[in-house]
Amino acid sequence: MSTDHNFSVVGKSLPRSDARIKAVGAAQYADDMFLPGMLHGKLLRSPVAHALIKSIDTSAAEALPGVKCVITGQDIPKIKYGNWRLVPESQDEYALAIDKVRFIGDEVAAVAAIDKDSAEEAIRLIKVEYEELPGAYSVEESLADKAPVIHDEYEQTTPNISLDRKIEYGDLDKVFAEADLVLDDVFTVHATSHAYMEPCSCLSEYDHDGRLTIWTSTQTPYFVQCLLASTMEMRENDIRVIKPFVGGGFGGKMEMRPWEFCSAFMARKLGRPVKFTLTREEELATGRRRHPMRIHSKVAFSKEGMLLGKEFNVHLDGGAYNSMGPTACFLCGNFGAMLYNYPNYRYYGAHVYTNKPPAGAMRGFGAPQALFVAETQMNVAAEKLGLDPVDIRLMNAMESGDEIPGVATISSCGFKESLIKVAEMTNWREKRKNLKPGQGLGLGCYSFISGGVFNWFNTRYNFTRAEVRAFEDGTVHLMTMASDIGQGCDTVLRQILAEELGLKVSDIRLTAADTAVTPQADLGTWGSRVTLMAGNAVRKAAQEIKEELFKMVSLKFDLNVIHDLRCGDGKIYPANRPDRAVSFGDAVKMAQRANRGEPIIGYGSYTPRNKGLVTPAFSFGAQVAECEVDKETGAVEVKFMTTAHDCGTPINPMSVEGQLEGSVHMGLGYALSEQFIMKEGKTLTTTFLDYKIPCAEDMPPGVSVHIDTYEADGPFGAKEAGEGLVSPTAPAIADAVYAATGYRCMDLPLTPQKVLASMKKV
Amino acid sequence: MKKELITLNINGDDIEIAVHPWRTLNEVLRDQLHLTGTKLGCGTGDCGACTVLLDDQSVSSCLTLAIEAEGHKITTIEGLAPEAATENDLENLTLDPIQESFIAKGAIQCGFCTPGMIMSGKFLLDHTPNPNEAEIRAGLSGNLCRCTGYNKIVDAIADAAEKISPTK
Repeated sequence: MSTDHNFSVVGKSLPRSDARIKAVGAAQYADDMFLPGMLHGKLLRSPVAHALIKSIDTSAAEALPGVKCVITGQDIPKIKYGNWRLVPESQDEYALAIDKVRFIGDEVAAVAAIDKDSAEEAIRLIKVEYEELPGAYSVEESLADKAPVIHDEYEQTTPNISLDRKIEYGDLDKVFAEADLVLDDVFTVHATSHAYMEPCSCLSEYDHDGRLTIWTSTQTPYFVQCLLASTMEMRENDIRVIKPFVGGGFGGKMEMRPWEFCSAFMARKLGRPVKFTLTREEELATGRRRHPMRIHSKVAFSKEGMLLGKEFNVHLDGGAYNSMGPTACFLCGNFGAMLYNYPNYRYYGAHVYTNKPPAGAMRGFGAPQALFVAETQMNVAAEKLGLDPVDIRLMNAMESGDEIPGVATISSCGFKESLIKVAEMTNWREKRKNLKPGQGLGLGCYSFISGGVFNWFNTRYNFTRAEVRAFEDGTVHLMTMASDIGQGCDTVLRQILAEELGLKVSDIRLTAADTAVTPQADLGTWGSRVTLMAGNAVRKAAQEIKEELFKMVSLKFDLNVIHDLRCGDGKIYPANRPDRAVSFGDAVKMAQRANRGEPIIGYGSYTPRNKGLVTPAFSFGAQVAECEVDKETGAVEVKFMTTAHDCGTPINPMSVEGQLEGSVHMGLGYALSEQFIMKEGKTLTTTFLDYKIPCAEDMPPGVSVHIDTYEADGPFGAKEAGEGLVSPTAPAIADAVYAATGYRCMDLPLTPQKVLASMKKV
Repeated sequence: MKKELITLNINGDDIEIAVHPWRTLNEVLRDQLHLTGTKLGCGTGDCGACTVLLDDQSVSSCLTLAIEAEGHKITTIEGLAPEAATENDLENLTLDPIQESFIAKGAIQCGFCTPGMIMSGKFLLDHTPNPNEAEIRAGLSGNLCRCTGYNKIVDAIADAAEKISPTK
């Protein structure tokens, strides 16, 4: 925490406000809810990767006792949806397939029945006649001559490229001609699963007043509200989305999904509540995933180690629909030029359709892929130029005030300090010289965004808004659509509000993420936007309350206008006369009386304006992995992880640590053990036995330290924490494996088979 | 096939219930009895979110048939601090030491793995009162968590062990 700021609630490691209810098992997630008359829904998914639907016969399913409703694409409005409302032609999905299926798992029909067994049996009774089409299962196959066109219903400049993005500044051709060192490499990175522990679930109810209420496991209630309204042909105000407790998301729950539509549609049709809960097999076999990419990166250095420029060509394997691919395509280009100053840069990113489950948003959102490449090339360049990997980074590192042409200006930045710190903590220079055979030490770094600026959802509201109501008993009620999915914003926003108003966290009642009662709108939980954006809105709302109350306190003590007033310990007092204090509740009572009964309510909004194209604030950090490689088995064991990170002011240090440790977990899985094995569009790794997320015994010991910065654009100096750190782990481990074995991984994941194969070649 | 009438002893209460013989304990707890503290994360015994105690053994309730559980004492997360079921003042209620340690040590994020983790922790400490770190990690290796990276969960179990069976 910055020493200039003397906080009383911010910066404290308070237990999560929802920890007790979760510890006793009383927290209700969507699947824990039951309503009278509730029906159970089930989806029929395509067993083929690419086919025309010739006919669907639902008669046997409808005849099954207990089945109340069967719907197919023919029964629903023919309205496409997608998160990129700003570019309507990018909205390429129907809730249920119409005429054509494009991946194994594409939703074809839905059933609602009196119990799960009947719903499952009914699904098996639906007869679908498919006319199979050739499929394309990789970027190469999709872009080959005569490749099957996956979306032939709308025109693409290049078939199967749904959209592309270019960035260019400087004169790269000159740079490549004159540089002392040019690295020219092709990398491939793989798909991974969010593997949130709570499978997706939702429950819809349609009431006598014509309102649809849906409780759903989502990160973005507002997106669900808007997209349900458009696809159901209802008014937004007739749809109420409530986020119950959510068991993790990591980007995988930030779209409207077919089961949400089907549950809402059938609840409206039947007048009975309908619940859908996915199985883990559905999640792993058909769910959203991290984008696999093919990345061609050409980067130029001077012999002294100065970065001269980079050409970054990325093909994203998007699967069958756009999903959040456009954003990944956009951000990958930005992350390709982050961390260091690239005076010349050219990016081309293309989002390619394939007949596979769609890739979507996932923690890091383009950064883990881009930075695996960028950080690996920094390590290669350091070796080729005879420089220490720390030194070559320090030479080129971004600093506060640096500009990325046309994109952003770096505000707070603790990158160099992070690098110096991890080198010091690990005794980097000495230890690298004294490695035993099979031992390795590797470095990776990251930067990440604190929420996005680009309005791809095309919201007509502020990006976030808070309402705070103050009461005579000295408590306040915070209302926000910010969505806690386990990352802890319910606690953090309470801390920010308590700090601003001088109250205790227990004085704050919170109502969150219910579109009918919390202020329109908040774009939800993604891109590490909540602490900075919702936090700023909460502070502004609190400041409105304070201004009202300060008027009363000033009047009561007949204060000179120049007096500075403060909130603290549940009181309001002149800064120089803390003895003359009015309790917060009494000040509310006075203000309310003076306003002839009008309640004391403060509002605050936040929308990033004049903050460039990407984000108001970047986080930074560095990480060192110490590894041992077993030369018999090729197994990589991470012995220790050392991290230095710059998240501005940590509002709740214990929560930040927990997020960082979770990032290391996901980064470790990304690097070493997690992958989807696919065969012609079919996902074969459909259980947690096959899809290997690290367990408690797999986690290495480690330490992380906080680098002290203060972000002027963030609430009490805070910015992103715990998402960006998913990026450096893979390049750090890969670099350590290179030091241990001579194998330079450019093709994730780094499996024992690859290590062994390389050693036999050596 | 017809349902069978069985009596399950759950958290100290005898509950008579008709179940299909193929119904898992998890389905009966959640769907029939609405004891939803026990979660379902995978249904294949891989993630541990559904862990409950059967007498003094921890089991995956998604792999245990309800009829097999008859005659055993079933303990779910709701039964760990029995007052939590009848006493609403969560703030001032003293929970099981493992639950208290999970709260204090920041071991809970999304909370979906938490009931299973706590039950596995309970089983571990019942049988190994003073586990070392490796024993804790081994004891939790059947429970997956995607949020925490496990370290704070391991700390919480160690903290609870010290409270229950002090070594100093």
